[in-house]
Amino acid sequence: MTMLSTTRLPLIRHGSPDDLFAWHDGRPVTVRGYLAAVRDLARRLPDGGFVLNLCGDRLGFVVGLGAALLRRQVSLLPPNDTPATLRQLEESYPGLVCLTDAGAGYPGMACIEALPPGGLDRLSAAALPFGDDLAFPTDQVAAIAFTSGSTGRPMPQVKSWGTLVRSVHGAGTALDIAGLGSAGLVGTVPHQHMYGLESVALLALQHGLVLHAGRPLFPADIAACLGNFPGRRILVTTPVHLQALLADGTPLPPLDLILCATAPLAPQLAIDAEAKLGAPLHEIYGCSETGQVAVRRTSATADWLCIDGIRLRQDEQGTWASGDFLDGETLLADVIELKSDTRFILHGRSADQVNIAGKRSSLAFLNHHLNSVDGVKDGVFFMPNEGERGTTRLAALVVAPGLNAETLLASLRERIDPIFLPRPLRFVDDLPRNPTGKLPREALLRMLDIPQRD
Amino acid sequence: MSDLKTMSPAELDLATLIVNTLTLETTPEDIDPDAALYGEGLGLDSIDILEVALAVSKTYGVKLRADDENNTRIFSSLRTLNDHIQQLKAA
Repeated sequence: MTMLSTTRLPLIRHGSPDDLFAWHDGRPVTVRGYLAAVRDLARRLPDGGFVLNLCGDRLGFVVGLGAALLRRQVSLLPPNDTPATLRQLEESYPGLVCLTDAGAGYPGMACIEALPPGGLDRLSAAALPFGDDLAFPTDQVAAIAFTSGSTGRPMPQVKSWGTLVRSVHGAGTALDIAGLGSAGLVGTVPHQHMYGLESVALLALQHGLVLHAGRPLFPADIAACLGNFPGRRILVTTPVHLQALLADGTPLPPLDLILCATAPLAPQLAIDAEAKLGAPLHEIYGCSETGQVAVRRTSATADWLCIDGIRLRQDEQGTWASGDFLDGETLLADVIELKSDTRFILHGRSADQVNIAGKRSSLAFLNHHLNSVDGVKDGVFFMPNEGERGTTRLAALVVAPGLNAETLLASLRERIDPIFLPRPLRFVDDLPRNPTGKLPREALLRMLDIPQRD
Repeated sequence: MSDLKTMSPAELDLATLIVNTLTLETTPEDIDPDAALYGEGLGLDSIDILEVALAVSKTYGVKLRADDENNTRIFSSLRTLNDHIQQLKAA
């Protein structure tokens, strides 16, 4: 048996078992209730190596995270829940068990509900020890997140418990989370992605915050969730949601901190947000490979400051991130101007990378899937010129005489995250390849303007 | 009885709002009022739905709510969305 490190880090940092832990289904959940649910699920999990945590309910998600750690199983965080992704994960991790919300089903997969089927109340009466056994070795593998590789298979990003916890502590220090006491935290982002895992789920666990189990989308829902908390409030969101909040004008309860990530925020939007929402807004920069790397108060500075323990260096390939709690070095996918090894300016993404409403992929990955659809002879994704409003989507040109838009989109929907589905999708006789076989951007854009054949 | 695929004037207004907001490549008249807005059907996702909700708020003066992003009942079709908006307006 492998020996794990003797340094252990606790699952949560709340002060006492009667502290508030979460707001779930219109009711408060105490630390005691959470820990009871973790132990209950740990007992119900079958022996095995991997759990696929598909919970949309944040309480179910963090119960799953804790129970998997307790059983020394690894939580897999799927990039999406398309049938193709689930199939690929099951092939790569045989015998995995899906953790789901109550009533959710995934045909053909072994599923377990993360929260106790009889309700949390059934458990909370039991007197249980508080937290003493719920600390885990720093080198125990806690989670595997996935990025889209260029080969079409999701690329695993292995996260030890120590990496996750120390990264979240570093960010907490940079953001002075300790100064906010036991604030309530509302997030609009999925916790299966690194940003949501770190800045919603783990930020709450590791700083004694009260986690809102909902994931509100509409401005009025965000306001209602924040209104569930009587005291200090943190909103963890994205530029897309923030823009909607400001445009809509729905009044929010007073905020104490706003975190924003997934795509660069325009400084003017950050200034507006701070003025209208009355709280400091900090952006977080990171990626799935490294987790969070740096933060900045966008209204005050263009400079990003690395969180404690992270360092950057550059060579002819680009910018590399490494850190006290990271394995090896990671080549960042963005164009970066270094001012020192911990301070930098971001100049946008490298050419192959796309980021739509905060979801990242690579054109190579998307093109691979497009060209592996039966009936597609040739095809290419590209980013059209960004429009003035809303979220610009990818466009695609496809040579596929036997397919129509409906059948092709249905096939793509099986393989890639729907946010990357092409809009517009144009069927053409040939792609505008130049003599070297390349596809000049200008030629692609010109073909978009040609009226579609019927 | 009228054909269920026929849109009421209010439904056609809403279809026009959605097509214009999202610059969809379909015409408002071609939207099947009973087809799914999410996923298959019109193929919208949560980012689209957020943009539609903003446009609805500006145009009709009503604020859409969903208890959760996964609660997509009111967005299950153009017809259910329009019914929901009309109810909010009347309230």
